[in-house]
Amino acid sequence: MADLKENLALLKAACDNPKARLDYYLAQGKKVVGCFPPYTPEELVHASGMIPMGLWGGQVEPKLAKSYLPAFACPIMQSDMEFGLNGTYEGLSAVIIPAICDTLRCMTQNWRFGVKSIPMIPIVYPQNRKSPASVDYLISEFETVLTMLTTITGNMMNEAALCRSINIYNEHNAIMRRFAQVANDHLDVITPKVRHAVFKSAFFYEKGEHTAIVREIVEELEKLPVCHWTGPKVVLAGITCEPDQILDILSENQVAVVADDLAQESRQYRADTPEKGGGGLKRLALQWNERYGCSLIHELGKPRGAMLVKMCQETGAQGVISCMMKFCDPEEYDQPWYENDLHDAGYHTVAVSIDQQVGSFEQIRTRIQSFCEML
Amino acid sequence: MSEPVANVEATAAPAPKPKRPKPKSMIMIGEQTAALFENARLAKERGEKVGWSASIFPQEIAETLGLNVLYPENHAAGIAARHQADPFLQECEGALGYSNDLCAYAKLNLAYAAVLNGESEVELPDGGKMVKPDFLLLTNNICNQLTKWYENLARQLDIPVFFIDTCYNPFDYVTETRVRYVRAQIDQLIKDLCEFTGKTWDDERFKKIMEISQRNSYLWERANGLLDHKPAPIGGFELFNYMSAMVCNRGKESTTAIMEQLNAEMEESIKNGTSTFPVEQEYRVSWDGIACWPFLSHNLRTLKKYGINMVASSYGKAWAINYEDLDGMARAYCFASTNGDNLTTMLSRRLEALRQFDCDGTIYHVNRSCKVMDCQMMEVQRQLSELAGVPFTSFDGDQADYRNYSEAQFETRIQGLVEVMKQNKEAKNNG
Repeated sequence: MADLKENLALLKAACDNPKARLDYYLAQGKKVVGCFPPYTPEELVHASGMIPMGLWGGQVEPKLAKSYLPAFACPIMQSDMEFGLNGTYEGLSAVIIPAICDTLRCMTQNWRFGVKSIPMIPIVYPQNRKSPASVDYLISEFETVLTMLTTITGNMMNEAALCRSINIYNEHNAIMRRFAQVANDHLDVITPKVRHAVFKSAFFYEKGEHTAIVREIVEELEKLPVCHWTGPKVVLAGITCEPDQILDILSENQVAVVADDLAQESRQYRADTPEKGGGGLKRLALQWNERYGCSLIHELGKPRGAMLVKMCQETGAQGVISCMMKFCDPEEYDQPWYENDLHDAGYHTVAVSIDQQVGSFEQIRTRIQSFCEML
Repeated sequence: MSEPVANVEATAAPAPKPKRPKPKSMIMIGEQTAALFENARLAKERGEKVGWSASIFPQEIAETLGLNVLYPENHAAGIAARHQADPFLQECEGALGYSNDLCAYAKLNLAYAAVLNGESEVELPDGGKMVKPDFLLLTNNICNQLTKWYENLARQLDIPVFFIDTCYNPFDYVTETRVRYVRAQIDQLIKDLCEFTGKTWDDERFKKIMEISQRNSYLWERANGLLDHKPAPIGGFELFNYMSAMVCNRGKESTTAIMEQLNAEMEESIKNGTSTFPVEQEYRVSWDGIACWPFLSHNLRTLKKYGINMVASSYGKAWAINYEDLDGMARAYCFASTNGDNLTTMLSRRLEALRQFDCDGTIYHVNRSCKVMDCQMMEVQRQLSELAGVPFTSFDGDQADYRNYSEAQFETRIQGLVEVMKQNKEAKNNG
């Protein structure tokens, strides 16, 4: 059993060099399937004996991608397209792209014609989840994904394997939620950057392996004395809060992250796949209907504000940082509403612009400093 | 010493060019639009529920139920075309706190709705003819922003949304499972809408409305098709004026009358070898994307200068929706907008148009409001140009935000396109 420091370093290393993780699995003779943000049916890849690996871009200047996307496209998609075109993602057997926003609709087609060496598998999640017919529809989408996965890779799943994978994913959800709780008693160790690495690294590990590492981290943390954090506590909202320099600015200002509503982090783990209710595919479809509080999934009533207020109340956070992914229209529609709801409940907010291609962090530093003074 | 007498003849402004009398079809469309808003106002006065709707929602449902429905996208385009958008954009990005990255139709409408809701004080240039809605009709076949926009309207105004999720088509056809999902939503929506409005569904009336809608789609497509004549009987931009009939009144007999009149006028021009396009039609182009409403006249002036007539548009034809029953309706509305279709479908539709209308070039509007149009446009340009052997140019603009356009850029880009089209023409003429 590795100690706490070693485990945290392991996960940080995976985030710093996801390519090494890809090479590791390839060297083991595994096939790896790239999974675009924010949601893909990873369980289907897993049950087919392959490794699903998240593709959340990275700090790269788009050059080749400029022939596909305008400057005002999502920075993650710019990076993903660049990595696809410049060969960084070579080794992946396929990618799954969910057409969940307008830019991702287009990405299915840009990838299809731009990166022909890595086949593209599209999935279109239903948005009218109140319609009972959405379940059968989503099952058919899953079946299309499976057919394409089998055709492309030769790997096929069976029901027993799917049920096992669902259990592994549910266990992983549970340990990630547990980690988020336990971390709040050890904010001296689990700094914003460390917390982020634990969450993000999940995209670069087979989930059973990641569960084992995070479980050890949780157990080690529980042995440590509780840290009574005296600095400001915040919740992060948005798609991602990257790169690390932004999280360092939080630490510089003694700000602790006590919860998040980030698509890359906790949103992934809010809804388990039900244990009963049908076969694996049906249960996975039902899980989609359980997801909540995400700008990319249609819900009435703009519920994120109330959800964030509750998160602040439960964790003792004094405010929320809106991590506004540049050009992310789903988030931009939500932001005024949840910020107003937070203000009405007496919580402070500040918005920072998130861009994977950013060069200078001075503006963000100034905003965070002023925010801390307010807190 | 007396003041010198000005040479009146020399300084007087030239007599204004006599305006071409409006064709009858245009007068009819003006009357129809006025009636749409007036009927909604009267319905509201009577205490009936009035809706706002996404522009490619199955309008036939509301028409069958006799509901009065208004169209925010169409309304926002009108405000933008009349150069009245600025205070709404400022309000949306200022007091309401929205990002300027968002769709300008949405920004304009959210600010307009805030005024109707008593939260903003922007003066309504049309006196508030877009009456406050009691419900919303939503489809996302155009884009996902519509889903978010309507979520926000629903919370802002505290009203229900009746939603048909049409799903993006990554394949070249609408999968049967999509048809089943959409059909189930249509059935549920009809039930829910009847319950909410107190109206009753009448199958016979629906059949009649469907027939009217089909006839109108046919006539609209036919009018678009008449631009394949040389010279084209009208300037292609003129067809934009008739879009409100198809967007807002697709299931109405008044639209049939307008479309029949429009077809008749165009046929008359063809018979006489005349055209309403005021200069010789040197070049025929297709237009890709929504009209740049705030600068439509500048676009037209520039194109006219080079004798370019826009004879084909992927945009207007989105409202030529053909089907025969509710299953067909489900399939047709999934496939109506090319925004909801994959790249091969987009290409085949555009290629067919370029060939049918014998286009010399394509103009792509990089519409800052519309990521779903822009984020795959470059690949479409490459492939279409190669397949059709037709040059293209693109320009930066916006469907409603005047700040995203440069007259100089548009002129330069068109000039560049003309040079290539000219060379192609000369090469063709020289064999």
